[in-house]
Amino acid sequence: MMGDSAFGPRLRTGMKTGMASGIRDQTAIVGIGQTAFGKGLEDSELSLACQAIRAALDDAGMAAAEVDGLSLFSMEDGREVEVARNLGFGDIHYFGQVGYGGGAGCGVIAHAAMAVATGQCNTAVAWRARKRADAGSRPWAQVSQRISGFQSWSRPFGLLRPVDEIAMLARRYMHETGATRDHFANVALAFRGHANRNPNAMMQAKELTREAYMKSRWISEPLCLFDNCLETDGALAVVITGADRARDRRSSPVWIHAAAQGLPPQHQVMTNFFCEDPLQGPAWATARKLWAASDFTPADVKVAQIYDAFSPLIPLSLEGYGFCGRGEGAAFTEDGALEWPHGRLPTNTSGGGMSEAYVHGFNLILEGVRQMRGTSTAQVENADVCLVTSGEGVPTSALLLRN
Amino acid sequence: MESSFLLPDTEDPVSAPFWEGTAVGELRVQACGECGRWRMPPRPMCPVCQSLETVWRPTSGQGHVWSYVRPHPPLLPAYAEVAPYDVAVVSLAEDPAIRFVGNLVTEASAPMNSLSEGHVAIGMEVRVVFPAPQEGVVLPRWSPA
Repeated sequence: MMGDSAFGPRLRTGMKTGMASGIRDQTAIVGIGQTAFGKGLEDSELSLACQAIRAALDDAGMAAAEVDGLSLFSMEDGREVEVARNLGFGDIHYFGQVGYGGGAGCGVIAHAAMAVATGQCNTAVAWRARKRADAGSRPWAQVSQRISGFQSWSRPFGLLRPVDEIAMLARRYMHETGATRDHFANVALAFRGHANRNPNAMMQAKELTREAYMKSRWISEPLCLFDNCLETDGALAVVITGADRARDRRSSPVWIHAAAQGLPPQHQVMTNFFCEDPLQGPAWATARKLWAASDFTPADVKVAQIYDAFSPLIPLSLEGYGFCGRGEGAAFTEDGALEWPHGRLPTNTSGGGMSEAYVHGFNLILEGVRQMRGTSTAQVENADVCLVTSGEGVPTSALLLRN
Repeated sequence: MESSFLLPDTEDPVSAPFWEGTAVGELRVQACGECGRWRMPPRPMCPVCQSLETVWRPTSGQGHVWSYVRPHPPLLPAYAEVAPYDVAVVSLAEDPAIRFVGNLVTEASAPMNSLSEGHVAIGMEVRVVFPAPQEGVVLPRWSPA
């Protein structure tokens, strides 16, 4: 009675529709910056944001006065005016926000790229600052007694946290596809191995074994502790500018080849249980636009940074972005496929949200830039395009970066 | 913090008829008054024909488990006390795309953790049951059919 076909066509991932993208390779990331990652950092989110932006401008070799565009998460605590007052920016001509938490990261880059490509601004900064590791900051713990809106259909019954909501999809995914906890462990172990090489990763010194994964405590069955991302204080920023300003910087420009956002029919944020096929989430919608706007196909991509608030999002995203067929994402993770250096698709090469830091996925964007610069601590040889994705399970976004 | 369960806002005019139904032991679904399409969760406009005409239909209260989870602490205190407990997404017999989140329990008044591990499976048939009201609100629950 309520098939998705009633709300719009479903195109195959990767289908070329012939549409040109006005931003293809028109803009580049020319600077990246970040603070340390940790728990209980003293500085405010605004201060952390300003420090990361200053570091990104230094990396680009740019003065604050060159910035005239600001692109940020709607959840950001430090707003445009405060950031501009601290960094001493001049006239700002583009400022905009993207919603839906972890789905926003590549979206804020996309918005900045659009603003630069259309001439609304010349150089934009985009950032995310977060103090997640403070227990008082957990949004799920700050609920009023009467729940309104979409959460009124799930929270009273004890789906309190994001992990409970994704665990529901994970159990269904296991049922439909034969995925097992071993597959989720493949994800956790691959990313931990990458973090062990990354001196900035929160889990750099902590090794993880399959045995430890299997023995860890449940958080929301079928998901255990190591299926969850970290809780992190920290901030990251990037500088985006046009081709004319992108050359002759301290580092080679990393081109924003394609960018897309996606919100599929009948989607509901996190509790996406009410559409015809909840396992075809926002990744599928985003991928349709991303590949159509690109010169590349999934087969061309040799390194990826895939949003990993929870391990099951990796197989779901591998399917959505077309690296394998429907139901094949878990099997894709076998034989070390996600592991640097020998896997077929080294993924989250800095450790990702599960083992480097969880800053709403923004660290995945910076790692994508490092891969294209050739400066990752798990550098994939001859990688010339990197997929970066934002949160699956919410209206989301993705980038294809190239060098 | 006082230990109590979260309750929905039952005064939102769009969804109030759902809660009026559970209060009298009826599981209702919102439907379009023009094309008849059922929709869940409730909303003002039909996504197929864009009509604002809304009616509420009684359902069989029969369904099957689409998926389920068992949350463990850390949780809000009231939930932590009964954890791990069973929460399912149930597909309605009349239309499997109409789904409800709810607790799986042995009977209407049983605690949220009353079904022992291994007694829940995707596909198991369940029926809606209605516990006593909490602060005037009846949260529908599901028991093995």
